[in-house]
Amino acid sequence: MAVSAQRLKLQGIVKDYPGCRANDGVDLTVGAGEIHALLGENGAGKSTLMKIIYGVVQPDAGRIVWNGHPVTVENPARARQLGIGMVFQHFSLFETLTVAENIALGLPADEVRDRGALEQRIREVSEHYGMALDPRRFVSTLSMGERQRVEIVRCLVQESTLLILDEPTSVLTPQEVATLFKTLRKLARDGCSILFISHKLEEVRSLCDQATVLRQGRVSGHCQPKDLSASDIARLMVGDDTPISTQVSAAQPGDTLLQVQELSWQTDDPFGTSLKNIGFSLRAGEIVGIAGVAGNGQEELLKVLSGEITLKGEAIRFTGEAIDRLPPGARRARGLAVVPEERLGRGAVPVMSLADNALLTAAGQGLVQRGVIWRQKVREFARDVISRFGVRCSGEQSSASSLSGGNLQKYILGREACQSPRLLVASHPTWGVDVGSAVAIHQALVKLRDEGAAILLISEDLDELYQLCHRMGAICNGRLSPLAPASELSINQLGQWMAGNFKAEEFADAAA
Amino acid sequence: MLQLERRPEASTTLRWLSPLLALALTVATGFLLFLGMGKDPIQALTFFFITPISDLTGLAELGLKTAPLLLCAAGLTVCFRARIWNIGAEGHFLIGAVAASAVAVSVGEAGGFLVLPAVLLAGIAGGMAWAAIAAFLKTHLNCNEILTTIMLNYIALNLLLYAVHGPLKDPYGFGFPQSVMFADAALLPALINGTRLHIGLAFGLLAAVAVWVLFARSFIGYQLNVVGEDHRAAAFAGFSARRLTWFALLVGGATAGLAGAAEVTGPIGQLVPQVSPGYGYTAIIVVFLGRMHALGIIAASALLALTFIGGEMLQIAMNMPKAVTAMFQGMLLFYLLTCDAFIHYRIRFRRPLPAGLSQPAAPAGQEL
Repeated sequence: MAVSAQRLKLQGIVKDYPGCRANDGVDLTVGAGEIHALLGENGAGKSTLMKIIYGVVQPDAGRIVWNGHPVTVENPARARQLGIGMVFQHFSLFETLTVAENIALGLPADEVRDRGALEQRIREVSEHYGMALDPRRFVSTLSMGERQRVEIVRCLVQESTLLILDEPTSVLTPQEVATLFKTLRKLARDGCSILFISHKLEEVRSLCDQATVLRQGRVSGHCQPKDLSASDIARLMVGDDTPISTQVSAAQPGDTLLQVQELSWQTDDPFGTSLKNIGFSLRAGEIVGIAGVAGNGQEELLKVLSGEITLKGEAIRFTGEAIDRLPPGARRARGLAVVPEERLGRGAVPVMSLADNALLTAAGQGLVQRGVIWRQKVREFARDVISRFGVRCSGEQSSASSLSGGNLQKYILGREACQSPRLLVASHPTWGVDVGSAVAIHQALVKLRDEGAAILLISEDLDELYQLCHRMGAICNGRLSPLAPASELSINQLGQWMAGNFKAEEFADAAA
Repeated sequence: MLQLERRPEASTTLRWLSPLLALALTVATGFLLFLGMGKDPIQALTFFFITPISDLTGLAELGLKTAPLLLCAAGLTVCFRARIWNIGAEGHFLIGAVAASAVAVSVGEAGGFLVLPAVLLAGIAGGMAWAAIAAFLKTHLNCNEILTTIMLNYIALNLLLYAVHGPLKDPYGFGFPQSVMFADAALLPALINGTRLHIGLAFGLLAAVAVWVLFARSFIGYQLNVVGEDHRAAAFAGFSARRLTWFALLVGGATAGLAGAAEVTGPIGQLVPQVSPGYGYTAIIVVFLGRMHALGIIAASALLALTFIGGEMLQIAMNMPKAVTAMFQGMLLFYLLTCDAFIHYRIRFRRPLPAGLSQPAAPAGQEL
């Protein structure tokens, strides 16, 4: 049959959720063999739109035209049958099965009877696109980058002609990103269309032919990303009235506040990461960054520092005192504040009001005396945080779950900052946060630093790390690379470290 | 097409309306049921809900049955707020009754104003000890408290049977499995003279007030709420789940144990095998019906107490089976859980998508 120039065409897609209109008349056209970027902030409606394309949810209005024919995509099975493949941000793979078994699960029964032929096909497809894969390996033994290859190969074995990739680079090192892009370009040359969902503008500029930008559920612009600067595209994403970056002055480091030496911890979670011989130091008035692909021990490191995990030895010294055995409350009382990665359900209790959530970590600020809660003081503290950090909400009695991600994050960071911590450990503080809030959060971190606090910033966002940090390193498989001044650390070197290429001898702490 | 759709925010109105709706539905179903049994439904419902509380004696009897329910429910509220599903109030109650009886029997005819406090404290201690077993199993061996507390209920019942057949059996009781009647010094004073209502009801009301203060003003009450709503936030904040589990279960044991002690030293005056008609289990319904709130559980205790008395009334007056009490309690819980679904969800009518939109599309994959 003739190759249709327009692989996918969406017309006037509308999707309502209770309380919000996620998509409001969205038009989108993806040509054959085109790499098309779908850009937008979190909450702009990208996820909803791709769920509609993949048949996970049904639109309330609008038309989907596939290769020139109007279609209804009732469910993902129908989408796959049409030739639409999707790689989710959080992989849908069974860790206890092999690569071939995982791929077989998505195929019709008669195609998987001959296991040898399937393995052969997997090998052919993966080698053709430069994504070496052993079909017999168990998924649990694969790196994040390799797991993503399994997802992509799965789509290709299903003969997809449109591949949807949701934030595919968020789990990859810079080197793995380069490999992925090579594969995607080759796929596009072979006629496969690619819908690339991202908010990393530089990647979009280097990879994509066309871009559609969403803002608050509507299309706010089309562009050819190669012709525009990253900040022009950012403007399309956030609108005119939002600042899109922070000016960061140079750090003035003071005395050492936190000294971590030979920190090891064995996890008993089969999917957790053990920490191995971690060492670094942190000085007052500096921001130190730890890069790394998710799941390499960041979560565990945060818990060991916060006191959610206590240790036996003397590996962690805070202002000279070993705090390994102290529970979170005692560490907080000494001035160690933590902003965890999960805002709802760890940093804040979703159903509780902002005022009640203030009590979670700020009880020691005179809000509780002799076991009795002083409601008036709690409300005042919460109002103070709300006004100082520009948290948009209907008051201190609104529930945490009613706030947007960015506003809740501002509240949580503000709650910690208002207690004047000496050390703040923040994990992915701007993950999934709108650009305006991210800028406010960055400014708050820099302000805390300038007031003399030490800040440990654990993040996957390399731009954020380079922008804010004085020194940085990377964590991989529970081991921490040396730390180097951010101005002297090349992205290539950092990528090597993120992939675990650093020697044990280099472990001498690079604090200057 | 009918669809359940999640509300953007939980409905506060329905949170409090739901128990009333459940009650109305229970009454309506009861009406149909009595009709189906060939009884006069109006008369039956009157006997069940109105007659028992139409005079002072009736109200006193209601208070008498409310007391143990309210005490058990107050302790369970502390547990359930922290999502510790203690089903063991019945067991705490029985052990409390046995422990109190053991002290009362061994004191014998000795008088003195210290006897009653000692007897009641023994009941409290007994209930706490029984709850401590479940607390230990949960905090140290990670055993599910639902299972352990249910199983401990059966052990407690058998301990009670052993006590009335063995060490606490009245030697002059003609072989009946029951203890001697307690001396006056070991009996609770009456609250209203001339009725059986004793100060156990005051204990219950005090417990409800204590629960209110605990959750409205105290930091430990806040911590219990946080552990219940979100255990990861509790861990992040540094609230010790282990300590709070011990606290909640011990409070649950103490109040239920006191209820058991108040039952043997109050209306019964001796230890008998049928000391509880299932107060500990019914208290679970009370807590949910009362929205885990002090005022709510007071009202719900009275309502559930009425189902006990109303059931007896129907047995006597209209020759109905004893199961009518359990049936009304069951219906209440059933309808409550149903109505509670609408706190978070609402019904939405939506037309199915117009048919005929889907068309066979081009076969996939030919272009690759």
